[in-house]
Amino acid sequence: MRDAIHFRLGTEDRTLRDVDPTMTVLEYLRGPERICGTKEGCAEGDCGACTVVLVDADGRHDAVNACVLFVPALDGRQLLTVEHLAGPDGALHPVQQAMVDRHGSQCGFCTPGFVMSLYALRTEAKPDRAAVNEALAGNLCRCTGYRPIVDAAMDVCTGHEAPVPAPLPSPAGSLALSHGDKRSFSPRTADELAGILLEYPVATIVAGGTDVGLWVTKQHKTLPVTVSLDAVADLRGVEETDGAIRIGAGATYQDALPLLETHFPDFGAMIRRIGSRQIRNRGTIGGNIANASPIGDSPPALLALDASVVLRRGDVRRTVRLDAFFTGYRQTVLTKGEFIERIDVPLPAAREVFRCYKVSKRFDQDISAVCAAFRLRVEGGIVRDIRIGYGGMAATPLRPRAVEDALTSRPWNEATIRMAQAVMDSAMSPLSDMRASALYRRTVARNLLLKCFLETSEEAAVTRLAPV
Amino acid sequence: MNAVVPVLGAPIPHDSAPKHVSGKAIYIDDMPEPPGLLHAYLALSPHAHARVKSMDLSAVIATPGVVAVMTAKDVPGVNDVGPAFPGDPIFADGLVEYHGQSLFGVAATSMALAREAASKAVIEYEILRPILTIDEALAAQSFVLPTQIMQRGDAGSALANAPLRLSGRIDVGGQEHFYLEGQVAMAVPGEDGDMLVHSSTQHPTEVQHLVARALKLSDNAVVCETRRMGGGFGGKESQASLIAVSAALLAQKTGRPVKHRLDRDDDMILTGKRHHARIDYDVGFGKDGRILGIEFMHAIGCGYSPDLSGAIADRAMFHADNAYYLDHVRIVSHRCKTNTVSNTAFRGFGGPQGMVGIEHVVDEIARHLRIDPLTVRKRNFYGKRGRNITPYHMTVEDNVIAELVAELERESGYAARRKAVKAFNAAHPWVKRGLALTPIKFGISFTLTHMNQAGALVHVYTDGSVQLNHGGTEMGQGLYLKIAQIVAAEFGIGLDRVKITATTTAKVPNTSPTAASSGTDLNGKAAQTAARTIKQRMAGVAAIAFGVQPAEVLFAGGKVSGGGQELPFGEVAKLAHRARVSLSSTGYYSTPKIHYDTKIHRGRPFYYFAYGAAVSEVEVDTLTGEYRLRRVDILHDAGQSLNPAIDLGQVEGGFVQGMGWLTTEELWWDDKGHLRTHAPSTYKIPACGDIPAAFNVSLFKAGRNKEDVVYRSKAVGEPPLMLGIAVFQALRDAVAACGDGWTVPRFDAPATAERVLMAIETVRARAAIPQAQAAD
Repeated sequence: MRDAIHFRLGTEDRTLRDVDPTMTVLEYLRGPERICGTKEGCAEGDCGACTVVLVDADGRHDAVNACVLFVPALDGRQLLTVEHLAGPDGALHPVQQAMVDRHGSQCGFCTPGFVMSLYALRTEAKPDRAAVNEALAGNLCRCTGYRPIVDAAMDVCTGHEAPVPAPLPSPAGSLALSHGDKRSFSPRTADELAGILLEYPVATIVAGGTDVGLWVTKQHKTLPVTVSLDAVADLRGVEETDGAIRIGAGATYQDALPLLETHFPDFGAMIRRIGSRQIRNRGTIGGNIANASPIGDSPPALLALDASVVLRRGDVRRTVRLDAFFTGYRQTVLTKGEFIERIDVPLPAAREVFRCYKVSKRFDQDISAVCAAFRLRVEGGIVRDIRIGYGGMAATPLRPRAVEDALTSRPWNEATIRMAQAVMDSAMSPLSDMRASALYRRTVARNLLLKCFLETSEEAAVTRLAPV
Repeated sequence: MNAVVPVLGAPIPHDSAPKHVSGKAIYIDDMPEPPGLLHAYLALSPHAHARVKSMDLSAVIATPGVVAVMTAKDVPGVNDVGPAFPGDPIFADGLVEYHGQSLFGVAATSMALAREAASKAVIEYEILRPILTIDEALAAQSFVLPTQIMQRGDAGSALANAPLRLSGRIDVGGQEHFYLEGQVAMAVPGEDGDMLVHSSTQHPTEVQHLVARALKLSDNAVVCETRRMGGGFGGKESQASLIAVSAALLAQKTGRPVKHRLDRDDDMILTGKRHHARIDYDVGFGKDGRILGIEFMHAIGCGYSPDLSGAIADRAMFHADNAYYLDHVRIVSHRCKTNTVSNTAFRGFGGPQGMVGIEHVVDEIARHLRIDPLTVRKRNFYGKRGRNITPYHMTVEDNVIAELVAELERESGYAARRKAVKAFNAAHPWVKRGLALTPIKFGISFTLTHMNQAGALVHVYTDGSVQLNHGGTEMGQGLYLKIAQIVAAEFGIGLDRVKITATTTAKVPNTSPTAASSGTDLNGKAAQTAARTIKQRMAGVAAIAFGVQPAEVLFAGGKVSGGGQELPFGEVAKLAHRARVSLSSTGYYSTPKIHYDTKIHRGRPFYYFAYGAAVSEVEVDTLTGEYRLRRVDILHDAGQSLNPAIDLGQVEGGFVQGMGWLTTEELWWDDKGHLRTHAPSTYKIPACGDIPAAFNVSLFKAGRNKEDVVYRSKAVGEPPLMLGIAVFQALRDAVAACGDGWTVPRFDAPATAERVLMAIETVRARAAIPQAQAAD
C-alpha cells in the first residue's frame, strides 16, 4: 500500500502525502498550488469554468470538472490546466489564439474552461458542429452567446493527434491515504475492492464522483472513508459477449457509449445528453444505478432493456434484475459491503425496436423532468412483448407493469395507446418540483407512449425536432 | 517603429483576451492573498418572514478559527446598504424579510470554517406570514414605493370609442444574472483606519460611500478598486455592496484583510434578480390593427426592499410603447413588496418587461384580426413626422425603425419563410414551426438625470506612453478597450501605447455606475475631453517647435506634425515636460438636452434611442413542448460602431441572454418562499447547443447617432437583450399552429417546455370540441 498520490502537474511531477482525500482538484489548484487560472463557477460540475484535462498513461485526454474531482483521481495521471497550454516562448496555443481571433471571450471568467474543453476536443477526429456542441455543452458562457466560441472550435479543431506526454509517473501498488480521521483507498482490482469494502462497509464508493463530489461541495458532508474505482482496471471494461453488453461498474458513460449506441441508437443519443462531456468522462452507469435517484437518466432505458446487475460482496456474487434492484426512494437491495460489479444489457432480439426519450427544460446538460424508454416487438400488428421504463414518475425508476399488461397482446394502434394512457395515471405518482409539475409529467408520460407508437407504427410521422 | 493601425471602427479583440485565454486575467479571488487573510461568511435567514426573538452566537464565536462575529448592533455606522432608499440592512436587525437574508457575519481562517461556525448559531424566531406573490402583494396593497401613473391623451375615452377592444394579462418571470464570477470583495485595512476595498462591482463609488457610512469613516478614507468583473449584467450595480461592506466591517473589526466570496448557491439565494412582473392590458384598436387607446397595469415584483426598483419600474413604463405610437395611453405601475430577495438591475432595467407587454398586445391584436403580426407591428410604428410623441411626452427625433425592419424583413426572407412555415405546418401534425419578427426601441440615458455624468483622468508620460483612467468598470463588455480606442485616436498613437488601468475611486471620484448602457457614451466623452486638453497643450508646444500655429499641428500615426516637420509623439511629450507644461488632465462630461419631471412623468429622459429587430424561427415538439431555435436574423443599430467585433458580441450575447430569460430560465420558489433553483443544476441558462447554426447578426450600416455621442456611435449594452422577445413570439406562433393558426391561450414567460406543452394541450382540446360536436 502506498500513502502518497503521484501525478504530473503540467510538466512537473508532484507527490501529495497526508492530503484530505475529499479535497477537490479545484481546491488543490487554487489553494496549495495557488494556480488560479482554473475558476470556480458553481462547484457542482454544471458550468465548466473549472474544466481541466486529465491525461492517462495511454495518452487519452479527458476534459473533466476539477470542482467535483477528488485529488486521488490524479494518481498516475497528468493534470493540464489553462496555464499549461502556451508554448515555452509564451506563444498562445492554437486553441487560445483562435479564441482571441474569434472574439470568444468577453468577461473571461468561463474562458479557461472553454479553452480546456477545446484543447481536449482537438485531440479527437475533426468534429462537426454537432460534435462541437456536444463537447461544449458543459461550458456555460453568459456573455458571448457562444457563436464566436463555436467558430473558434471549427477553426482550430481540425483533427489533431493528442500530444503524447513523457511517460507518466506509474507508482506501484494501490493507494491508501489517511488524513486525520479520513481514509481513502484506490484499489487496483475488484478483488482488492471487495476486501476493502468488507473491512469498511461504511465506505463511500467513488466512481466518477460526479454526484458524490456534490455531497462534499454542496451538502458539506464529511466522508470518513472513500474508495475510488479509478484504478480498478477490471471494472472498466465494456464488452459484447454471450448476447449481452457487459459494462463494468467503473466504466464511464463515454466508455460505454460506442457499444450501446451501436445497438441502441436512441440510448446513445440520450447518453450524449447526460450531464456534459466533462461529466460523461467521469460519470459511470454503475454509479447512476447505485445512486438510485428517481431521475437518473440511464435506469429507465436499462429497465426497458431488461438489464441486470451483478452484485458482489466479498467473493459472493448475485445477479439481480434491474426491476428488482430499486426498493424505494434512493434505496436498493445492496447490502453493507456489497457493490455493483457489472451491468448486463441483453442485445436486441430480432424484430425488436427500442425507443427512449429524455424531456428536460434545457436540451443539453439538464436533469430530466421525465425519461421514458420502450422496447417492443410487434408481429402482425399485435404487441407480442413490451417493456417500459420511466424516470421522474415515481420515487424510483419505474417499470409500469400495468401499462405493459394493458398493451401486451393488443393491436398496436391508437385505440390501444389511448387505453394504456388511461392505465398510466394510476400507475404513476410524480411530484411537482422546480423541474416540472406533476401534471406536466403525467401529460408527457402519456404523450411519450403515443410518440413511441407514432414512430413505430406504419406511417413514419416526423416526431422529432430537426437538428439545428 | 510599427505602423500605427487605425483604431476607430476596427474589430479589435478585447484588450484582456490573451489574458482570458491563458488564465492570466486576475479576478479578485485570484489576487495574491495578503498575510493574515480571513474569510467572511454571512449566516442566512432560514425563514422568509420572521421576527428574531433571540440570537445566541456563543458557539459560533467559540469555534476554533473564528476571529470575529458581527451583528447589526456591532456596525459602527449605518447598518444599511440601500442604494437609493434605505431598507437593505447589512445584518438583519430583529426582523427578517426574505429567506436568505443576512443575519450576521463571521470572519474565520477559512471559508469552510466560517460556514461551519455560522451553522452553530442558536436563533429563536417568531414566524410571520410571508407575502410571496404579486397577487398577495396587490391584495394587501403591499408596495415598496408609491404607485406611479404615466399618461398622455385620454385612454378611457379612446377605449370606449374604439371599434375593437381586447384585454388580457401576461405574467413575466424574473431572471438570475448568473454572472460566472460570483459576488466577491476583499477589504484590506491600512493606516489611520483607512480601508482599501477590491470589489467586483459596477459601482465603485457607491461601494466606497457605503463602506464609509457603515464603518463611520469619511469617504476620503476609503478606496474602492475594480479591475474587472467576471460578468455583471446589472447584478453588481447595487448588490455588490453588501458583500464589500460586510468584508470591510469584519476587516475593520479584526484589523486583518478579509475576503468575502459567495458560493454559487448563496449568491443566487441572497442577491436580487430581474423583476418578475404582471402586465394587464386593455387595448382599443381599429380594423387595421392600429392602436387607438391603451391602458396598462404593471405590477412589478420588487421583493422586500426598494433597492433600484423605482427607476426599474419607471423604465418598464418608458418601454411600454416599445417602437409603437400609443395615441391615448395610461400606464399604472405598482411596485409590489414581497418577502423575497430584493430584485435589482438587470440588463434592460425594467425595459424588457415593458416591451414584453406591448409585444404581447400587438401580437394579440394581429391574431384577433388574423393578420400577420408583422403587418400590425409596422402599422403601429412611430412616425417620423407626426405620431412621434411618447407616453412621457418626448418627441422621437431619431426614428429608424421602419427602414431597419424593412431591411431585416428583406434580408431574412421573411415573406418566403412565412409561407414555408405554413406549408411545413400543414404537412406535419406533430412538430410545428413558428416565425416572428420583433423590433426594439430602447432609450439611452440614466432616467435619473443627475447620474448622466462622468469623469476621466489621463496622463501622458515623457516616453509618450499614456495611462488612462475613467469612472467606468469592465465587466466583459469591452468598455476599457473602446475608451482606449478613443484616447489613442485622439492622440494619433497606437493602442499599445495606452495603458488601461483598474477603475479606482482614488483617481476619478463621484462616478456613476457602469450601467444603463452608458459606459462608453459618458466615459468615452470624458476621456476624450481629458485627452483633448492634453493634446491642445502639446499642440502649443509643438507649434513653437515647428514655427506654426497650434491649429496647424496634427497628431497621427504616432507622430506630431506641422509645417512639413514631424516629431514622434513621445518627443513632443518630452518637449512639453521641459517647457513645464502639464501632461495630465481630468476630463468631465455631462449629457446635454435631458430633463425629466418624475412627479408628472413628462420630459426628455433619453438623449437618444437605439433600435434593432430580430426574426426568429422555432420548431416545437407538440408532444413534449420541447423546442429548438432553428434560425435567427438580427439587424441592430449601434450607430457608427467604435468596434464592430465588440458590438456584435454585445448583440449576440444580449439576444441569447434575452432568449434565456423568456424560455428556459425559470426561477422557482416553494410555498415557504425558498428559491429552489439556486444553482446551474436547476436554473438553466442557454447552452451552446441552444444556438442555431443559422445565427445571422448584422450591424445596421445606415446607423449613425443623430446626437453628438462619441464618434456618432450608439450604446449597445442593454438593447439587444430585448431582441430575444422574437423567440418568445415565435413560440406563440408555433403554439397557434397546433390549432387554427391564430389563437393562442394564456401564455406566460418563461416559455418552458412545460408552458408550451400546456398551451398546446389547451389549443388541441379547444380544437377537438367542435369536431366532437360535429361528430354527434
